[in-house]
Amino acid sequence: MAPETAHVKTIGFDVQGWLGHRAGQHVDVRLTAEDGYQAERSYSIASAPDGDRIELTVERLDDGEVSPYLTDELTPGDRIELRGPVGGYFVWEPAVGGPVLLVGGGSGVVPLMAMIRTRAADGGDAEMRLLLSSRSWDDVIYRDELAGLAGDWLTVAHTLTRSQPAGWTGYGRRVDAEMLTEVGPGPDARPQVYLCGPTPFVEAVAEALVSLGHEPHRIKTERFGPTGG
Amino acid sequence: MSFISRGFRGRPRSDADPSRLPPGQYLTTDYPVLSAGPTPHTPLDRWDFQIVGELAEPRRWTWDEFRALPSEEVVKDIHCVTKWSKFDTHWRGVSIDTLLDGVDTSAGYVVQYADGGYTTNLPLQDVTGGKAWVVYDSDGAPLAAEHGGPARMLVPHLYFWKSAKWVRGLRLQAEDEPGFWERNGYNNYGDPWREQRYWGD
Amino acid sequence: MDALMLDGNAVAGLLQEVFAVEMTTAVGTCDHCGRSEPIGAVRVFRGAGTVLRCPHCNNALVKIVKNETGIWIGLGGVRALKI
Repeated sequence: MAPETAHVKTIGFDVQGWLGHRAGQHVDVRLTAEDGYQAERSYSIASAPDGDRIELTVERLDDGEVSPYLTDELTPGDRIELRGPVGGYFVWEPAVGGPVLLVGGGSGVVPLMAMIRTRAADGGDAEMRLLLSSRSWDDVIYRDELAGLAGDWLTVAHTLTRSQPAGWTGYGRRVDAEMLTEVGPGPDARPQVYLCGPTPFVEAVAEALVSLGHEPHRIKTERFGPTGG
Repeated sequence: MSFISRGFRGRPRSDADPSRLPPGQYLTTDYPVLSAGPTPHTPLDRWDFQIVGELAEPRRWTWDEFRALPSEEVVKDIHCVTKWSKFDTHWRGVSIDTLLDGVDTSAGYVVQYADGGYTTNLPLQDVTGGKAWVVYDSDGAPLAAEHGGPARMLVPHLYFWKSAKWVRGLRLQAEDEPGFWERNGYNNYGDPWREQRYWGD
Repeated sequence: MDALMLDGNAVAGLLQEVFAVEMTTAVGTCDHCGRSEPIGAVRVFRGAGTVLRCPHCNNALVKIVKNETGIWIGLGGVRALKI
């Protein structure tokens, strides 16, 4: 288990019989209380394929039913019930190639990070650009790892929507068409776009991308609900 | 096969007076938003409520006319088929008896229809005799759009899918006509005390 | 547009249980407007049951009701499904 930010934690699981997964897929976690009550939530797999180990990055929602259990209660040795990997639409693998535009809002970065980590591990030659929207610098998930990976095949651009640190020269507003144009790639490059985050974020950014001329069927979306999944 | 997740408690589930909680239900103090579709936003100057079908003259009220009808405060327990119950929910609205006052009909059934296309069906006798309302205030404030505003049905003796959000009218019919969920696995009647959730219950 | 609305990725696990194959890449054709989209791209709403709606015309494509013994899937709004 490792904290990512004050409210976000990455948890590693060894899954017996795990047959591997593709970047962008998720698992459905189901918890059962002693009286039989059950709650189920979906969590994107954060890690690149790695034998039978997977990592989930969970944002703890104060009024959440499942996330506080995962971040606060779960201890090494505990078992949880999960179904997966699930999903085939919101998936990137090296065969898809590039260029790739990844746009994430908050914890929407999780499946995008799996894609970045897969690219980092597997090589291939896809160029990736990540535009990540977070509330503040302290809320940026995977901040240091992204800085370390940024280089010839990965460009990372941040926008901080609520507060910016002193001396910040990056973006400080909601993602819009102008920002997307500056970050690129443009529609002429026909990038495969993966867009993930809360529904209002996804709707607004998808609309901006289409208005810039990106082909709708090359924009893949995954919406997270207020319950985090 | 599920196993107990050590230490998992889930959303606070209050201890309830068992005589008030139907079988298989949990008590909540939350107000979860559950919806079969996007929230409609009908402007009040275009809203109306109608009673159509098997009656001599269809009835229609504009929003202002509807708000001028005799209304009442109603406090009821409600039970959702997804297993959540909420006790002592407060509403204000118009009794269906008021809306049907003086109506002469041979209809045995009623279909509630709503903005967004949702429908649900009931025997007519389940919305008369003080059993059903069209409500527009919840907890003393105008009903929020996400909870069915400006007005929704309230039929508390049945599972809450039988109370259409964004209701716009009632169609009185001689024949029963399964609605949106009744066509797809949910019970045609929906009595929580007999746990009639699904087909075949 | 509702903040609670999700997309077909949210029902991927459920559909895979039923159809035994990955369904978010299956392409559904709306019976109302005739447009086609991958299931991963359709709108998902959670009410008494789950409803998949066409992102173009909002037609209810698929309804899903699940209980302990089985699942009812209504495909009434889908003209055709390519898997």
